[in-house]
Amino acid sequence: MAKVVVLGAGISGHTAVSYLSRALKNKHEVVMVSPNSNFQWVPSNIWVGVGLMTPDQVKFKLAPVYKKMGIDYKQALATAIYPEGDTENEKGYVKIKYVTEENKDVEEKVTYDYLINATGPKLNFEATEGLGPKKFTQSVCTYDHAAHAWENLQESFKKMENGEKQTFLVGTGHALATCQGAAFEYILNIAFEINKRKLNHLADLWWITNEYELGDFGMGGAYIKRNGYITPTKIFAESILKEHGVRWIKQAGVSKIEKGVVHYETLDGDLETKEFDFAMLIPGFAGAGMKAFDKQGEDISARVFAANGMMKVDADYTPKPFEEWKAQDWPLNYQSTEYANVYAAGIAFAPPHGMSKPMQSPNGTKIFPTPPRTGMPSGVIGKIVAQNIIHQIKTGIVEHPHEASMAKMGAACIVSAGYGLRKGQAAVMTVNPIVADWEKYPKWGRDINDTVGVVGTAGHWMKLFMHYMFIYKAKAKPFWWLIPE
Amino acid sequence: MSKSLDKNIPYSNMSYGTEPTRLVKFMRVCFLYQIYNFFKLNLKVMLIVVRGHS
Repeated sequence: MAKVVVLGAGISGHTAVSYLSRALKNKHEVVMVSPNSNFQWVPSNIWVGVGLMTPDQVKFKLAPVYKKMGIDYKQALATAIYPEGDTENEKGYVKIKYVTEENKDVEEKVTYDYLINATGPKLNFEATEGLGPKKFTQSVCTYDHAAHAWENLQESFKKMENGEKQTFLVGTGHALATCQGAAFEYILNIAFEINKRKLNHLADLWWITNEYELGDFGMGGAYIKRNGYITPTKIFAESILKEHGVRWIKQAGVSKIEKGVVHYETLDGDLETKEFDFAMLIPGFAGAGMKAFDKQGEDISARVFAANGMMKVDADYTPKPFEEWKAQDWPLNYQSTEYANVYAAGIAFAPPHGMSKPMQSPNGTKIFPTPPRTGMPSGVIGKIVAQNIIHQIKTGIVEHPHEASMAKMGAACIVSAGYGLRKGQAAVMTVNPIVADWEKYPKWGRDINDTVGVVGTAGHWMKLFMHYMFIYKAKAKPFWWLIPE
Repeated sequence: MSKSLDKNIPYSNMSYGTEPTRLVKFMRVCFLYQIYNFFKLNLKVMLIVVRGHS
């Protein structure tokens, strides 16, 4: 009997554990370790942040779902991994600390035959002084942050209803932050809600970003087929912001936030400030903060994890300049570089390098987006990691028949720009592959036939459809496995 | 909002962005066209996902 332990019940970990349970149930042991009691469909947090959905509509309890799936669910935080075991354990194990009331802070060693690290990101608010919902800005990264953002947004709406002008600032809250898409959605939804309330004349909307040009989205931008033209996403993103009356500040590395004021440095090295009444800024991401130890108890974290705390996998981490980056640098099967039975899925794996060209101000501050790995790629990676482990358990052969390189897989980004079956809109952007491959596609970097940008009600329906479809899938309801990632 | 302020100021960031015509705005909410787009885009996304991993 093999034992597979999955760390993290986000999109990647939950997908992995679902496939593992389906294939191995009753014959092998599948364990989920997650400090969260709920699964959340993160893309819909945007709608929680503008009061169009409640937190209950984007989350559900994990325990009953895992019970139904035959998964041993431990609501705990993984603090360290011992891939070689120790003097008492021959097998590798994970040290976990329970977070539930009845077992709070109780530690346990969970042994494994296979380990999937899908711990996702640590929202690194601490990296920017004054950032975050406990300080001066809002976040929509989790459902409770989004609910908090909505409370604050309502206050701004009330002030506008009383004739007071309000400045809204949305974007990235760290010079190396990623996930611009979520922030982009949020400002468009705020603009839509203000327009709906006919308060346009009292709103000043600003987008602030660490991108060199708008539409970079952490993937170096893209070319899309649109209205008979091949258009850079720069034009696409700028046009959408213009249409919604949003002005922008680009090439900005936010360094500090005080009450009502954001301090940022531009790529030119200028130190600037921007005042705001309401701000939602995405924090930088870091690894979950786990440590790794060898059999003798020596700290081997630097071997297992990259400097940002993400796990090193089968990628080419050789430092090289932007001009030498290749699609082949990106991992195929997400196996740890150090331990063959350890994998990292979703945001937990360390990318070999960025996708956007690294930029630096004259003061030495790096200002550019780090690569995004959310949503669709996270689900696909979780699935193929699970499939490879299932294959190894069933055949006893250590091989990886399933591969999913981000330089070969495509992704769709549905940027909501307003809610409502008739008037709701979203921009649908697809890219294939996510990481540009200039050798395979020398003209546009990607397959131009798969790369589109469309705005319309259909996009809103798609986002709504995906909300219900993926929550159905995550709840492991009948035939869930027929729904693609 | 700044949509009526900045976009007509020469050399402002906003002035360089494209804007949809009335026809484009109509097509964005035209039920029949959007139904067609809904199925077309869903199919495209599904094919991209399925082809993206082995």
